[in-house]
Amino acid sequence: MSTVMSTSSSSALHASRVAMHRRRKWINHFALLMSMAAMAFGLIWLIWILFETIRLGLGGLSLMTFTEMTPPPQEEVGGLANAIMGSLLMVSLATLLGTPIGVMAGVYLAEYGRSSWLGNTTRFINDILLSAPSIVIGLFIYSVWVSRFKSFSGLAGVLALTLIVIPVVIRTTENMLSLIPNAMREAAYALGTPKWKVILSITLKSARAGVITGVLLAIARISGETAPLLFTALSNQFWTTNLNEPMASLPVTIFKFAMSPYENWQKLAWAGVFLITIGVLALNVIARTFLRNKH
Amino acid sequence: MAATLPADSSQPVSRKMVKSSGSGQPRVSRKPWADALFALMAKGSALLTLALLIGIIVSLIGGAMPAIREYGLSFLWRSEWDPVENRYGGLVMIYGTMMTSIIALLIAVPVSFGIALFLTELSPSWLKRPLGIAVELLAAVPSIVYGMWGLMVFGPLLSEYVQMPLQGLFQGVPVLGELFSGPPVGIGLMSAGIILAIMIIPFIASVMRDVFEVTPPMLKESAYGLGSTTWEVVSKVVLPYTKAGVVGGVMLGLGRALGETMAVTFVIGNMNQLNSLSLFEAANSITSALANEFAEAGEGLHQASLIYLGLVLFFITFVVLSFSKLLLAQLKKREGR
Repeated sequence: MSTVMSTSSSSALHASRVAMHRRRKWINHFALLMSMAAMAFGLIWLIWILFETIRLGLGGLSLMTFTEMTPPPQEEVGGLANAIMGSLLMVSLATLLGTPIGVMAGVYLAEYGRSSWLGNTTRFINDILLSAPSIVIGLFIYSVWVSRFKSFSGLAGVLALTLIVIPVVIRTTENMLSLIPNAMREAAYALGTPKWKVILSITLKSARAGVITGVLLAIARISGETAPLLFTALSNQFWTTNLNEPMASLPVTIFKFAMSPYENWQKLAWAGVFLITIGVLALNVIARTFLRNKH
Repeated sequence: MAATLPADSSQPVSRKMVKSSGSGQPRVSRKPWADALFALMAKGSALLTLALLIGIIVSLIGGAMPAIREYGLSFLWRSEWDPVENRYGGLVMIYGTMMTSIIALLIAVPVSFGIALFLTELSPSWLKRPLGIAVELLAAVPSIVYGMWGLMVFGPLLSEYVQMPLQGLFQGVPVLGELFSGPPVGIGLMSAGIILAIMIIPFIASVMRDVFEVTPPMLKESAYGLGSTTWEVVSKVVLPYTKAGVVGGVMLGLGRALGETMAVTFVIGNMNQLNSLSLFEAANSITSALANEFAEAGEGLHQASLIYLGLVLFFITFVVLSFSKLLLAQLKKREGR
C-alpha cells in the first residue's frame, strides 16, 4: 500500500508490517495445528481402548462365559454367569427404585420450585452429588446399612446404585421439562386441568423421550460402577438371587480377577470388560439416537 | 375433559376457584387431594436429595469419630499407616490423591482446550456431531475398563518407552533422576495421573466447548472483521469472555479426578510409602486405600481412619465442585443479560 510513497522510512515500516503479519499467521497456524493434534490425541485413546477391549475380550469370550459360575483359580472351566446375573439384578432394581424418585424430584425442580429456596438448593446439591466420588456413596451405605445389619448384601448394593441413579435422572428430567414451552402448560390450565394432570399428561408426556434418555444414561452409568459395590454387595462365588446375601457383580468380579496373577481369571476379566464396554457404549448410542429422533 | 369445557367457559372463574369449589356438577371427578399429594411427592423427592447429602456428611463424621478423637487434625500430616501397630495417618494417601490429580490436570487442561477450540472454531460442521459424540463416549467408558487397560496394556508400554529412556537420560542428576527412579513395572503416580487425564479430558472439553459457544457471535465477528486470526479471536476475545466458565470446567474435571477410584486403584500400586519422590514408584491414594482395605478392615480404629480419609476426600471434592458450580453459574447469569 504505502510502497507508492517509496521513502526509506515507509519501506522499513512496510517490511516490519510484513514480518508482523507473517509472525501472526505463523502463530495462528501453530495454534490450529496444536488444536488438531489435541483432537487426535483425544480420539486415539478411545480407539486404542476399544481396540484392546475387543481384541482381548473376544479372546476370553465363549459360550461358557454365560453358563458357568466364576471358577476357582487355575481351573479351565468357568464363566461369569453369577456375576452377570447379579449385575442385571442389582442394576434393574436400582433403576426401578431410583427412577420414580429422580423423576419426581426433577418435576419439583422444573414445575414447582423453579426459583424457590428449596429448588435452588436442591439443584446445587444435586449437581454436586452428580460428580461426587462414588466410593463415598459406598461408605455411606456401609455405615447406615451394612454395619447395622452386620452383613454385606445384594440389597445394600442396590441401595448404593440407587443413590447414583437419582442425581442423573433428576438432572435430565429437569432439563427436559424446562424445554417444554410454557404455552402448553397455560393451554392445559385454561381447560381447567389440575396441576398434577398437567404435569403427568402434558409436560412429562412431551418430555418423555428426554426422560427415557436420562434413565438409559443412568443405567449405563451404574452398570460400570465398581467402587460403591465393593463394600456393600461385596462378591459371591456362587449363583444367588437372594438379596440378603453378598452378591457377585460384573465390575467387582473384573476387579478381583484382573488383579490376580492367574491367567484364567485374567482372561475372564477381559471377557467381562468386553461385555460391560459394549453394553455401556450401546446404551449411550441408543440414548443419543433416541433423543435425536424425537426432537 | 372436552365435555366439561362449555360449562367452564360460560362462567368466568379463576383456576383456583374451579379447583377448590368443584361446582357440584356430575362432571369428571376433580380429586382435590390428588394435586396436594402429587405436590407433596415431588417436594418429598427433592427433600430426599438434600437429606442424602446431610446423611452422607453425618454418617461419615459418625464413622470417623474414633479416629478424629484419637488424632484430630494431625491425621492429615501423619505419614505412618500401620494396621499391625494400629497407628494411622493420612498423609501418604492425601499426597497420592493430590499428585495424581495435578498430573492429570497438567495433561488434560491443554488437550481439552485444544479439543474445544477444534470443535468450536475449526471443525467442518458435518464433523462436529460425530466428534462430539466420540468425546462423550470417552466419558461413558466405565472407569474399570480404563483401569484394566492401564494395568495390562498402557503401564508396561509407559515403563518401557518413557520411564527407561528418562532414567537413562537423567541418571545421576540430583532431583530429576530421583523423579524417574524405581523399578520399570509401569505402575505408580505417573501412570495413574495419565489415565486420570484421559478420563477427565471429555468432561473438561465438553464444558469448555459449551462455554465457548456462549460467546456472542457479534464479539467474535467484530474481531475477525478487524483482521484477527482465529487464534487471536480465541485467545483475546473468547477466552477472556468465558474465563469463569473455563475455570469452572477445569474444577469439574479436578473434582472427578480426585474422586476417581477404580482406574487409580489398578495402576497406582497400593504401597504406603513416601520415601521415594519418584513418579514411577508405587504409591497410594485415598480412593485406592478405601477400595483395597475397607472390606477387610476390622471395626475400630482402622475402619474409622479409612472413613476419616473418605471424609477428607468428600470435603475436598465438595469444595472443588461447589467452586466449579458457582463459576459456571456466574457465566450463565451473564449470558442471560
